[in-house]
Parts: sequence; structure tokens; C-alpha cells
Amino acid sequence: MNLIQNFPFFSIILSMFSGTVSSVLPGKAAKWLNSAVIAVIAGLSCVLLVYLTLTGESYVYMMGHFPAPWGNEIRAGVLEAGMALFFCIIMLLSMMGGRKKLIEEVDEEKHNLYYILINLLLSSLLALVYTNDLFTAYVFVEINTISACGLIMIRQNGRTIEAAVRYMIMSLLGSGLFLLGICMLYDLTGHLLMSNIQQEIAVIVSQEQYTIPLLVTIAFMSVGLAIKSALFPFHSWLPDAYGYSTVSSAAILSSLVSKGYIFLLIKIFYRVIGIDIINGNKIINILFVFGIAGMIFGSLSAIKENDIRRMIAFSSVAQIGYIYMGFGLGTEQGMTASIFHILSHAATKSLLFIAAIGLTDVSNGSRHFQDLTGAGYRNKIAGIGFTVGALSMVGLPAFSGFISKILFAQAAVYTSGKTIVTLLVLGISTILNAIYFMKTVIRIYTPEKTEYETIYCKQQKEYTITIILFILLNLVLGLGSQPITDWIHSGLSMFS
Amino acid sequence: MSKLWKWKQGTQQVGFKDWLDGKKDPFLNEVEMEPKQEKKPDAKMLRERLRDRNLMYENLYDANKNKEIRLFEKIFPIASIIFCILFIVLMMIMVSYLPPVGNASNPDNNEVTKRYIENGLQETGAVNIVTGMILDYRAFDTFGESNVLFIATITVLIMLKVNKKKEKTKAAEAQSDRLYEPKNDPILQFAARLFVPIIMMFGIYVILNGHLSPGGGFSGGAIIGAGLILHLNAFGFEKTERFFTEKTYKTVCFAALSFYCLAKSYSFFTGANHLESHIPLGKPGAILSSGLILPLNICVGLVVACTMYTFYAMFRKGDF
Repeated sequence: MNLIQNFPFFSIILSMFSGTVSSVLPGKAAKWLNSAVIAVIAGLSCVLLVYLTLTGESYVYMMGHFPAPWGNEIRAGVLEAGMALFFCIIMLLSMMGGRKKLIEEVDEEKHNLYYILINLLLSSLLALVYTNDLFTAYVFVEINTISACGLIMIRQNGRTIEAAVRYMIMSLLGSGLFLLGICMLYDLTGHLLMSNIQQEIAVIVSQEQYTIPLLVTIAFMSVGLAIKSALFPFHSWLPDAYGYSTVSSAAILSSLVSKGYIFLLIKIFYRVIGIDIINGNKIINILFVFGIAGMIFGSLSAIKENDIRRMIAFSSVAQIGYIYMGFGLGTEQGMTASIFHILSHAATKSLLFIAAIGLTDVSNGSRHFQDLTGAGYRNKIAGIGFTVGALSMVGLPAFSGFISKILFAQAAVYTSGKTIVTLLVLGISTILNAIYFMKTVIRIYTPEKTEYETIYCKQQKEYTITIILFILLNLVLGLGSQPITDWIHSGLSMFS
Repeated sequence: MSKLWKWKQGTQQVGFKDWLDGKKDPFLNEVEMEPKQEKKPDAKMLRERLRDRNLMYENLYDANKNKEIRLFEKIFPIASIIFCILFIVLMMIMVSYLPPVGNASNPDNNEVTKRYIENGLQETGAVNIVTGMILDYRAFDTFGESNVLFIATITVLIMLKVNKKKEKTKAAEAQSDRLYEPKNDPILQFAARLFVPIIMMFGIYVILNGHLSPGGGFSGGAIIGAGLILHLNAFGFEKTERFFTEKTYKTVCFAALSFYCLAKSYSFFTGANHLESHIPLGKPGAILSSGLILPLNICVGLVVACTMYTFYAMFRKGDF
């Protein structure tokens, strides 16, 4: 076996081991270890991605001395390797951008605990991406949930603890439903390994056995993961969790944690149930309706909000709605658009959170709009970052949000029955997005007479670099969309 | 002998017969503990509490004017009951369609379980097949599971650990600990002296025999953790601190998880690359057998015991 094929295993074990090591390190050393580990894993994933693109086929990797249905197994294809690389980049940038705030808002002796959470969160994301076994997925979903709770409440004030409790309750409900789904799949097929379950399910469906349990299982798994990734009616935990936690946590939660669950759901659709069975199932219509409702109601809540962080958080609800709407279209174009939107939203939302914190810093720490007037002049780089993020969210050409909207529209045209609704809601949602994002951009560039503190780029080098890198990432996604969609297509074809 | 039958109560000598007749109670006023009263709230404290409550109701929730909250309070109980009933009905309908329990032709009686049962002993060297499954066949999942415990402890530390710099809060926590928890209870201490060593021994036995008999790291660790908590309850933090501090917790957890990680990484790496692992399986049934399972069981047990004790200490005092 080629050495490069060991890289997924190295990445997962490396991040878990660094979590263990961080527990005995002082805060500063833990910080360096964390950055180094994320960078190394990004490098490994990058090499793996190149290797897999060249060989053009996926492979399975045995975890231990026993082959697949008996032992554990992970699987790597181009989509998995690319996702791992992307998650690492976003995580590194989010940590860099929020470092200053982290030092201000978190007790110094708890810094190394924060880096333990981040390392283990990364390991769980990687495991969710690479796993080929449903039970392994569940174990790492647990790690993901608990570390996300820790990320929310490490900044200790009343609101974050309340938010963490809410998140815990909702998220455990989702985990419970997901676990029930796994139990029932095991009962129906006798396997936990994804590929074996898929074979068994193909047999079950062709014999038309167990139709009702299968339907309920798919529903439980989809709804469970939808709750964890904050699809519209289950989003009540989201605004507080994203709005009050420290900024790196908010960026990581919105752009990575929820996306990890969505990627797991995609994997379940393709590798466990089989995409043809899913597309012929009624469950995706429910996901479609929830997604569409989320796109509108999330934006409406964001318009009503007077707090910039909570406004961005509500915008996440709308964007998660886009992704589930793409699932609901039931075509490969829809899925491609959804996966592209995962990337686009992750890159943009973390940029918005980090830019927003720069804006509130120069407005006496207030997050209300009346105090933010003219903040774009006082902290120039944060203003530019926010503007780019907002334009990308609204869907201006050259930015990533434009491509995902185009892909969604194309996918909608090729489906029968859902075309008009999708296009209509896409249009309405774009207008609503424009209302609240442009309102904010105009507000931060309105001159203001009151004297506030001004921060120059020289005083915050790390922050400036982060914002510039985020903008570049956004432009890469927006301008180089063709190779990325090709990559998604080949990844999806490797899935089945 | 006479001491056993006669004892002093107040100024009187009391005999065993008197106690049987119900005339005297030798334990009266001797071992009872007065439950310490919470400080009676004075006018200032009451005023502060009232102010906090009003602030919460009026500013945060605005309970009187907020129609949504009142509506929510009315609808929520009914809606939750209806939802639960619907969920139960759905589950019951679905279960009736599942394969019947205990049927030999069920899908879960397949080649997976067959190999575990038939070849488990030869392949893992563990007489207890369950341990062989969780620590050898599916060791990656179990490593994830130990990390779940680890990260749960970390999250509890984040939430409850008292900041060392704020000496005042720490002193207050210690004070309230003394207020509500029993101290120097002779019955408890006597029982603890008797039971803690036995519990510890039993826990160690369960861990060390994890590959031979029912039990293993998770259950044995829980037993040891229970023993530690009993010791803490009987003798207080001062005695427990002599052998279990934050440093102990960190060292033990770090050593156990690192060993698990490195040992299993070696095993995963050799397995995936089809290399010889050079770990002897030993003779099944012997205490030193079944390759890595015994050390891994010890690691899991240490992590579980530390987790249980830390949870208890954090919830009680916010420090070790």
C-alpha cells in the first residue's frame, strides 16, 4: 500500500493525539501545536487530493488487522480529501482571525482547554468526512456535539451558558434520532459498514420488503442530522449560540460543525441508502419544503434583528435552507449545487463573523446598528471584509455566492415539478438577503460625527492577513468555479 | 467484655438490657449531626433577591406584556403531549414491521457475528468475545469513545472550574462545600475504611480480567471511580488531595490516552499496510494474553475512573 494512502488515518490520529497532548501544555504552546497540526493536516489532505485526482479512484483503508465488515474502515475519494483540505483551511483562518478576541474573552488558564476542543473537533470532522462505518460516524458525532458545546460556553457569561444548554438539548435530540436510525438499519440489514448496508438495502427494496421501517429510518436519519445542522424549524438554538460565543467559535460552528453533519448526510444518501432510492422517496420533498421555508423565514428574522452578530446567525438559517433545498431537488445538479454552497457558505460566513467583530470593536463593543454607523471608516480592513462577504451572500458576480445561486437555478430548471417554486423562492430570498446585508453595508459606510476609537491595519497584522486570505478564498471559489464543480462531479461519481 | 455491654451515657452507666428494654438509647446525642442551617436571609439579601427577580421578569422576559410567552406557556404542554403520543404511535407501528425478535433467519445473524463468535478467540486471544470486539476488531470506535469521556471532562472543567486568581470565589466555594456536605461522620468513615479498599480491589480485578471474564475497562473504571467518590465523601478533600490532585488527573489521562493512541496507531498502521504486528497473543485464558487488549483495558479504566472522580469534584467544589 502506498504511503500516501495512509494520510487520512494520519490526519485523524494526529488531531486526536494533539488534543491529548494539549491537555498538559500551557496555553501558548497549545496554540502553536494547534496551528501546526491544522497546517500539517491541510498539507496531507492536499497531497492526498492530488494523488487521488491523478489515480482517479477511491480506496478503502483498514483500521487494524481485520478486514471490513469485522473491523473498522475508512474510505477516501477526491470529495473527501478536498473537503478535509477545505475544512482545515477554514479552521486555521477562523482561529487566526479570532485570536485577539479569544485572549480578551477567555480566562487565560482555560486557553489550552480551548485548543483541546478545537483539535478534537477537527478530528471528529475528519472522521465524519472519511468514515465508511455508521457506528464510527456516531461516535464522532458525539465528540463533535460535546466539543461544540464547549466552544459555545468557553466565553462565560449568562447568554452563552443558556445557548450551550439549548444547543445541547436540541443536538442530543438529533443524535438520538440518528442513533435510532442506525439501530433500525442494523436490524434490517445486519451491518454497520456503509457499502454492505447499501447492498442489503438494494435487495430489500427490490423485494419490496420492510417499506415502512425503511421510510421511517430515512426520515429519522435526515431529521436527526437536520436538527444538528439547524434546518429551519429546528433552528431555535442557533442565533444565541452563534451570536454570543467568542468569534472563532461562532465562525467554526457556523461554517464547519453544521457542514460536517450535512456532509455526513450526503454520504448517507449516496453510500448507505443509495441515491436512487433517496430520490424516489418522499422524504426529500419534506427536506425541500423545510429548506424553502428556511430560506424565507431565516431572512425575515435577519431583517428584523438589530444585532449584527445575530443577524449573521439568522442568515445562516437561510443558507442552510439553500443546501437542503438542493437535496430536495433530487437530481445530481441539485446535489452539486448544494455541495458548492457548503463551500461557499463556509468561506463567506466565517469571513462575515470575523469582519463583524472588527466592526464592533471600533464601536465601543456595541453590536447594535445605530452604534455601527461609520465603522467601515474606523476599521478599514474589517469594513472591506464585511462588504465582500455581504456581496458574496447576496450573489454578486465574481464572488462565490453568485456561482452557487447560478448552480441552484440551473438545477431547478432541469427538475420537473419544482422549477417554478425554486426559482421564485431563490429570487425572493436574494432580494431579502440584499435588504439586510446592503442595509448593514450602507450603515457602516455612512459618515458619523461622534468620535470613536480607530484601529489601523498596522495594529492588527494577523487579523488583516486573515481577512485578505478569506477574500482571496472567496474570489477563488467565485472565479475558479469550473474546476471545483468538476471536482464535485467526479467525487460524487466515486461515491457510488 | 464489660465495655461492650456497658457504656456511659451522660453520667449514668447503661447496660445492654436497658437498651433492649428501650429505656436508654446509647447513640442519642452521640453520633447525630446537626444539619447546619443556611444563613437566614436578612432584609438586605431579600431586597437583592427581589430586585434580581424583578429585573429578570421585567427586563429580560417582560412577562406581563409579552403575549408570546403566555401563549407559549399555554400551548407548550398540550403540544408536547400530542407530539409524544404521535411519536410513540409511529414507533409502535414501525416496530411491528421489523423482523421478529430471536428469529434465526433475521438479517443480523450473518457472517459478521458468525466470525466474531467462531474465530474471535483465535484472532484476538480474548476469552471474553465482547472485549475482543471492542478493543481489537473495532478498537478505533473505542478510542473515539474514550475521547468522548476525555472531552466531556474538559467541557465540565471549562464550565465549573473555579478561577484560581479569584481567591474569594474559591474560598466561598469551599465554605459552601462545608455547609452542605457531611464532615467526619464516624459511621461513614468506618464503612469507607472497610469498603474503599475492597471496592478498589474489585475494580482492579474487573479491569485486569476484562479479557477473561465479563467486565473490562469501562465497568472496572466506573467501580474505581465510585470507590474514589466514597473516599472523598467520607474523609473530605483534604485527605483525597494527598493522592489525587489536578496534576494526577492530567498525568493519568495524558499517559493513558497517549499510550492508547500510540499503541493502536502502530496496530492500525501495520494492519492496513499488511505488515506483521509482532504483538504476541499469548495463551488464551492466561492473565497475560490477548496482545494489546490488557494494556488498553487498563488505559480505558484509568480514563473512566478519572472522569467519574473529576465530574464529582467539579460539581461539588469546582476544584480538585
